[in-house]
Amino acid sequence: MTELLQFVLSGVTVGAVYALVALGFTIIYNASNVVNFAQGEFVMLGGMVTFFAWQAGLPLPLAAALAILAAAAVGVALNKLAVERARGAPVVSLIIITIGASIFLRGGAQLVFDKQLHRFPAISGDEPINIGGATILPQGLWVIAGAALVFALLYVFFTRTLTGKAILATANNRVAARLVGINTDHMMTLSFALSAAIGALAGVLMTPITLTSYDLGVAYALKGFAAAMLGGMGVPAGALAGGLLLGLIEALTAGYISSVYKDAVAFIVILAVLFAMPQGLFGRKSTDRV
Amino acid sequence: MLSVENLRSRYGRIEVLHGVDIEVRSGEIITVVGANGAGKTTLLRCISGVQPISGGGIVFRGETLQTVPAHRRVALGLSQSPEGRQIFTNLSVEENLRLGAYLFADERVETDMAEAFALFPILREKRNLAAGGLSGGQQQMLAIARALMARPACLLLDEPSMGLAPILVAQILDVVKDLKKRGLTVLLVEQNAYAALQVADRGYVMETGRITMSGPAEQLIADERIRTAYLGV
Repeated sequence: MTELLQFVLSGVTVGAVYALVALGFTIIYNASNVVNFAQGEFVMLGGMVTFFAWQAGLPLPLAAALAILAAAAVGVALNKLAVERARGAPVVSLIIITIGASIFLRGGAQLVFDKQLHRFPAISGDEPINIGGATILPQGLWVIAGAALVFALLYVFFTRTLTGKAILATANNRVAARLVGINTDHMMTLSFALSAAIGALAGVLMTPITLTSYDLGVAYALKGFAAAMLGGMGVPAGALAGGLLLGLIEALTAGYISSVYKDAVAFIVILAVLFAMPQGLFGRKSTDRV
Repeated sequence: MLSVENLRSRYGRIEVLHGVDIEVRSGEIITVVGANGAGKTTLLRCISGVQPISGGGIVFRGETLQTVPAHRRVALGLSQSPEGRQIFTNLSVEENLRLGAYLFADERVETDMAEAFALFPILREKRNLAAGGLSGGQQQMLAIARALMARPACLLLDEPSMGLAPILVAQILDVVKDLKKRGLTVLLVEQNAYAALQVADRGYVMETGRITMSGPAEQLIADERIRTAYLGV
């Protein structure tokens, strides 16, 4: 029982990060129909920029804020310099552009920073907390709380503010959005900034546990994408469910079977779900988005 | 108020508007009638700025529109209820109306919404439901109400009668007449020529991307050629 609780705790921690990355995929997908494979690089930038700013003497909270802003700026640049310019191109071309951007960002990080693994101190120390016999790092609680806060804030943003609704309207019907006076280009840019900031926050929160390096974006992009597909691409609640589920499956497989198989089992479960429900768990049954 | 001069537009390499001239004066209801595929919707899309033009020009209240992006044209006082309604299906009726007034954040938004509900009471009943669940006629009402929320000086209406029962067509055209009484200028594009010419002051007949006839509505409605080609009598 204690064992199970332990696996669940670590699964939820990792799952919360996957959920944040999946949320980033979801926001950009909704705004532009593009699956942004550079999403993982925002996670990497969050950790790396924080570390190097902190090493340069900045207090950690300031370094983290700087990293999130820097990632948001990179997100805006990605939209303005690459995605927006290819407007009207087939979605597949846009996706390839984001893959290119991710390779570029990884290469850039290698040059600007370095190829080492880095870590900065956790927010409230590294003394494990005992919960019913199982333990969780305080940073794990920060990760879970951070993800919960982001989802709550975004829920309020999309349901209570006019700008949030304008993003939803742009996603729902772009021409109609322009006809009511919404600047849909701005909404796209805002979506990229938001996604990048969320990804970077995930990176900041996770680094004290998993460390960071220039090339960890690929793994996060893959897991976040899988989580988004599992939950249903384009549905924020699906991103949350998909992320947590993926984290739990991984942790339970690693615990009860072998950590060697955790990725394999996770992807087999995802394939099984997608065979039965191609829209994902929460996906809408629309087929017009090809 | 709105003048379209020698307007040309193309989809890819195929030109669909071959030089269209239209003049809309303040306070008028103008209708453009014509068969399916004549280019009427393209004309309105050009005026709203969601369809690129390849020649000619559009002037609205003294301002040249060609270089003005679509969202800025709404701010100038041009608002459209598009063909096929194009409502935000995932959002509620009330959210659709609120987004119609996207450019505004004052108290008038509330009074405008109350006015829209007075115009189409069924929308008040369904205000919290997803717009995608409304019937075709209700969606049409929502599209018109949403366009009115933008406080237009000139309202562009694209096929408001499409797919509606005759009683609903009459109801919607009554609303158009009502709007004219309040001083709104309306450019109404319709396949249902008879209904449109009954409420309009002047009309244009469009055929394969060109204006082939124009004049006062009662004159067009009496014209032998129009009667046989469009009115089915």
